[in-house]
Amino acid sequence: MAFVQNFPFFSIVLSMFAGTVSSVLPQKPAKYLNTAVICIVGTMSAVLLGFTLQTGESFTYMMGHFPAPWGNEIRAGVLEAAMALFFCIIMLLSLLGGRKKLLGEVEITKHNLYYILINLLLSSLLALIYTNDLFTAYVFVEINTISACGLIMIRENGRTIEAAVRYMIMSLLGSGLLLIGICMLYDLTGHLLMSNIREAVAQIVAEGTYSMPLLVTIALISVGLAIKSALFPFHSWLPDAYGYSTVSSAAILSSLVSKGYVFLLIKIFYRVIGFSIIRESKIIDVLFLFGLAGIIFGSLSAIKENDIRRMIAFSSVAQIGYIYMGIGLGTDVGMIASVFHIIAHAATKSLLFVAAIGLTDVSGGSRKFIDLTGAAYRNKVAGVAFTVGSLSMVGVPVFAGFISKFLFANAAVYNSGKMLPALVVLSISTILNAIYFMKTVIRIYTPAKTDYPCITWKQEKLYAVTMVLFMILNIILGMGSQPIVDLIQQGLSTFA
Amino acid sequence: MGANLFANYGEAVAVILFGIGFSNLLLQKNLIKKIIGLNIMDTAVYLFLAEKGYIEGRMAPIVVDGIQSVDAYINPIPSGLVLTGIVVSVSVTALMLSLTIRLYRRYHTLDLDEISTQLKKEGR
Amino acid sequence: MTRIRPDEEVKKGFAARFHNWLYGAEDPVCGHVEMMPQKEFIEEENSILERQKEKEELRKHIYDTEHNREIRVFRVFYKVMSVIFCISLIGVLLVTVSNLPSVGTAERPVNNEVSARYIEKGIQETGAVNIVTGMILDYRAFDTFGESNVLFIATCTVLILLRLDGDSKQKEDAEANDRIYEPKNDIILQKIARILVPLIIIFGIYIILNGHLSPGGGFSGGAIIGAGLILYLNAFGFAKTERFFTEKTYKWICFCSLSFYCIAKSYSFFTGANHLESGIPLGTPGAILSSGLILPLNICVGLVVACTMYAFYALFRKGGF
Repeated sequence: MAFVQNFPFFSIVLSMFAGTVSSVLPQKPAKYLNTAVICIVGTMSAVLLGFTLQTGESFTYMMGHFPAPWGNEIRAGVLEAAMALFFCIIMLLSLLGGRKKLLGEVEITKHNLYYILINLLLSSLLALIYTNDLFTAYVFVEINTISACGLIMIRENGRTIEAAVRYMIMSLLGSGLLLIGICMLYDLTGHLLMSNIREAVAQIVAEGTYSMPLLVTIALISVGLAIKSALFPFHSWLPDAYGYSTVSSAAILSSLVSKGYVFLLIKIFYRVIGFSIIRESKIIDVLFLFGLAGIIFGSLSAIKENDIRRMIAFSSVAQIGYIYMGIGLGTDVGMIASVFHIIAHAATKSLLFVAAIGLTDVSGGSRKFIDLTGAAYRNKVAGVAFTVGSLSMVGVPVFAGFISKFLFANAAVYNSGKMLPALVVLSISTILNAIYFMKTVIRIYTPAKTDYPCITWKQEKLYAVTMVLFMILNIILGMGSQPIVDLIQQGLSTFA
Repeated sequence: MGANLFANYGEAVAVILFGIGFSNLLLQKNLIKKIIGLNIMDTAVYLFLAEKGYIEGRMAPIVVDGIQSVDAYINPIPSGLVLTGIVVSVSVTALMLSLTIRLYRRYHTLDLDEISTQLKKEGR
Repeated sequence: MTRIRPDEEVKKGFAARFHNWLYGAEDPVCGHVEMMPQKEFIEEENSILERQKEKEELRKHIYDTEHNREIRVFRVFYKVMSVIFCISLIGVLLVTVSNLPSVGTAERPVNNEVSARYIEKGIQETGAVNIVTGMILDYRAFDTFGESNVLFIATCTVLILLRLDGDSKQKEDAEANDRIYEPKNDIILQKIARILVPLIIIFGIYIILNGHLSPGGGFSGGAIIGAGLILYLNAFGFAKTERFFTEKTYKWICFCSLSFYCIAKSYSFFTGANHLESGIPLGTPGAILSSGLILPLNICVGLVVACTMYAFYALFRKGGF
């Protein structure tokens, strides 16, 4: 067994241990420890990705002295290593971009608690990516929820605490449904390890016993995870939570937290129940419909907004609708499009949030559009970054958003029943996205005479470097997307 | 309706309690009552899970007199899962209660709708 | 003949609204209102109260949610849909439960080879007489590891929300507030606590240490010790409890216990996954010092849970230790 195969386990345990150690450290060492841990975990994931690409198959890793159905295990393959590497990059860039605002908005004594939350969020995301056991997934989903709530309310004013309460209520509803679904699945199959459950489910479907409870169980788990990742009717907590929290929290929440749940749902579809059974049930159609509704509704609400951060948050609702539409298409090509969109959206949305804070800083802290007139001339780096993010969201070629829309349209063509609604909604949503994003870009580039201070890149070197790295990431995803799509395809083929 | 509704009466009661807790969490306006609804929902799930391990006529899974055959003890797995779940439930309740305390100190009301209205009045 | 539309109509029309949306609405007052020369404005108590009352009346009128038809309709709609959803959820779950395997029988999918091995080989492989403790701390130890982190992170979030730091005025206010409610040498409470608290703590320690031999374990024992500490605090007040339990104690106990747990379990997982022999002896089943790592882990978990329970109580009461 190669030493590289220990790396998933090391990543999870290292981030948890760093969280424990940060509880006794003051602010600065906790910050450096956190940055160091994210870099180390990223490097380990990159090495693991190289190893899995070389061997071409996924391996299981026993957590303890006992093999599969009696003990826990985790499993790593191409897709998992790629997602882990990618999440580390996004988390690092979001934290660097929001570091200065964090100093201003949060009390100094609570900074080490914030870094504990970030470390435990990283460990729970890694555990959700690598786990092969359903109950472990539930425990880490709870860690994810609690640390996301902590991230929202670290900036303590009335709006964030109310947003945190609404988030917790919706999220706990989802957790309750997920837990009762897992209990029923355990009752029907008798196993908690994912691969064993799949054999038992195949046997149940073949024999025809327990068909109705199986359908209800799949529905409960899907609805539970959909509530937690803010699919259309359950998105009411999202604009407040993303719009008012501190900027690195907003970037991490929008790009990583909801995507962890979607990835878990994809994993359950592939590894626990089997994609062919899912395709035959009607759950996929329901997810597809809600995805379409979410796209339209999110875009329309974003148009009406007058506050730049809430507008970006509503656009998140639409993008999560895209991902569920891709899952709902029910084909392998659709899944590849969804996973690519997870990556592209994470990169773009965090870029938009960090750029927006740069723009509002030079407008006297106000977030309304009328005060943001000409902000791009006062903070050139943020202006260019926001433009790049908007163009990517609309779907202009060269940027990442174009590739994901192209993959979605391509996937829709393969499924004859759902092709027409999917293509129609894709085109309408592109127009709607263009309306509100282009309006904002034109607004920030309209010259205006104001007394607000200008910020040059020399004054805020860390921020400028982070923005440039974000833009480079976006352009890499846009232009060099073919190897990444091949990687995802190879990963999904060994994912089951 | 399948045949097992009366044989599984414990699970049926657990499911009804789950529904009651769920509706409390959704519909109640008072925050403390929502948290109580959350607790009812979680406890119902643990009842549901603990029912699964029970086998009639067998002892609790602690080895006595060196008897180690499978026919002598109930299934130990659901009990272990419930242990984990109870700790999760306690943690989440503590978090929700401290959020309620902070909100009450600032807005002097426990009604979530009224807090939203007061926020709108303060000006978003 | 030209037809000139009045100004108000133009302002309400579509072109004006689109212009406002595109360019941002202008404040109609800014730059268009004359200012009259003002007298020096002296704040009087009455005028402040009057102005606040006027503002409140105005706001109540603008944000009147009681008489707004749209909000009332939406609220009724939301309630009706929620009730329908919950009743249908209960109905669907009841039908599902009636189709699940029967409770209490031995032939169910749940009673398979997994539980058989736990029962038959539990003592030989883990050394614990209590099969459930052996399962959660040895076979499925990763779940318990995650669960202790759930407790830790919940404590961190409660600390973020409720802890009052430094010498701020808020902290002095909270302490003064708390002193009103502290019992001032309540005789009944103190006499009973003197007898009960040592018994409670000994009982808690007994449950923690015997976690692998009888029902119990770290979580239940820790909760009992936490309850004992809370009783002590209630009977004797913060001044006496701070003699042995301060914030520093809490931080270091939690840090040491969780780090030991993390390191010990990582050693166990690492040796297990790489098929190495872990050098920890299992001892004779039935003795207290047996079952490998389970006893130290129970002690760590018990300490963490006890400190967490006490910390929750102190934070809720006073915002600090």
